[in-house]
Amino acid sequence: MKRAVITVVGRDSVGIIARVCTYLADQKINILDISQTIVDGYFNMMMIIDVTGVDERFADISEEIIEIGKELGMDIHCQKEEIFESMHRI
Amino acid sequence: MIHSYEVSQTNHMIESENLDVRTITLGISLMDCISDSLDKLCDNIYRKITCVGRDLVHEAHIIEREFGIPVVNKRVAVTPISLIGASAAHNCEDYKRIALTLDKAASEIGVNFIGGYSALVSKSMTAAEETFIRSIPAALSCTERVCASVVAGSSKTGINMDAVRLMGEIIRQTAEMTSDEDSICCAKLVVLCNAPDDNPFMAGAFLGVTEGDSVINVGVSGPGVVRHAIAQVRGMDFKDLCDQIKKTAFKITRVGQLVAQRASQDLQIPLGIVDLSLAPTPAVGDSIADILKEMGLEMAGAPGTTAALALLNDHVKKGGVMAASYVGGLSGAFIPVTEDRSMARAAEEGAVTIEKMEAMTCVCSVGLDMIAIPGTTSEATISGVIADEMAIGMVNGKTTAVRVIPVIGKEAGEKAYFGGLLGESVIMPVNTYDCSEFVGRSGRIPAPIHSFKN
Repeated sequence: MKRAVITVVGRDSVGIIARVCTYLADQKINILDISQTIVDGYFNMMMIIDVTGVDERFADISEEIIEIGKELGMDIHCQKEEIFESMHRI
Repeated sequence: MIHSYEVSQTNHMIESENLDVRTITLGISLMDCISDSLDKLCDNIYRKITCVGRDLVHEAHIIEREFGIPVVNKRVAVTPISLIGASAAHNCEDYKRIALTLDKAASEIGVNFIGGYSALVSKSMTAAEETFIRSIPAALSCTERVCASVVAGSSKTGINMDAVRLMGEIIRQTAEMTSDEDSICCAKLVVLCNAPDDNPFMAGAFLGVTEGDSVINVGVSGPGVVRHAIAQVRGMDFKDLCDQIKKTAFKITRVGQLVAQRASQDLQIPLGIVDLSLAPTPAVGDSIADILKEMGLEMAGAPGTTAALALLNDHVKKGGVMAASYVGGLSGAFIPVTEDRSMARAAEEGAVTIEKMEAMTCVCSVGLDMIAIPGTTSEATISGVIADEMAIGMVNGKTTAVRVIPVIGKEAGEKAYFGGLLGESVIMPVNTYDCSEFVGRSGRIPAPIHSFKN
């Protein structure tokens, strides 16, 4: 399975998760794990998704998710899991 | 499963500490382009570079988006042109045509620099190599992306003092060619001792003759990440300081290894090496001098600087070596002046001098790099500076280099502005006592006794 990590950071507002999840559903991307915290009105979410079926167009999806972040006024990234694995795991 | 702490640490390094992959450098052998017809040679070179390198920039862009890490530079390094051009080029104009071909090919595939306008003359020069070297000022001033290097010494051959003397002349001529732009062309010209065949960093990158047809070499960076990590161990002992550098270098290098593997796989070009370098940029926080300050020095150049740099350089390697399958290139800390905002500041304050920089080059990966010197500096003095640096490399069995910029029309204490990643700095004074009789001797300095290891 190929996995990617979506991180969302920014001021909390209504519909952040809904917007990201709707996009993922449209792309037929399954969500494997979500964790979320809100500290002092700041929203911080990490989501692990299965990108096996969309590997070929992952770079475009990543860019579209960044765009959604801009629309929401949030800082959103979507990165392949390997960068975190290679950096933190031997 | 990945932990959110690991994700946020990586992203913090990228967003706030300037972690990036500094360069993916595609090495392309031009051996099979050689012809005795200049037209045919140029045609072959253009076709080979644009064919092998056509997907490099696109692929690097995909990697950036997939991993969310900037790949700052995409570059090409080719076989030294003094070898490739020898049978077709008979004068400086002919070599200049090859330089223009390289520039056009680099522009076509979208890379910002192409290295390999180079000559390997560490022992002596052929007539063709001398002609080639004499073509460098014109070649650099009529091209935008071509970088030139001359290897004038090695631990095995000694120092070719004829080449060192010639390079004093060539650096001055190159400076004069762009005297209206603070002699910026000299930023694309470096003289090396013990040059590696697989260096991905400019201006000294070329594809050595021992290399294959094409190869991917990757240079990682991250002075900001190291500085931030060292800030966590303020006041603690050397063991903690060294461990912190090693751990950080490991993480940085693993990113380089991942990117190198991925680029190699997608471009179907063999993976060469990962270069474990800390390369500063003029961006705030992306500085080697700041790391030295964080270690406890008031400014780069203060007593203790050489020791701090030695410690940094060694532990970057110790941490990085395990993180990559093949380590090579220059691998260590770079200490350019104009490209490092804090180092430039230290030069302006007089905290660091050329002589101190020379001492620092004994323990780090390169040499006197991006140093603006007075435009009145004589050819002989430039040759003397080069000879000193070559001697450090030769005796210590390490790479050293000289990339100085005699800023025509400006004196020590005035400022030189190069812009972009090349930065700016005060013009540093050079010892003006005469060395012309010494560098005027012909021949070479023999290899040191400890190079005879057979």
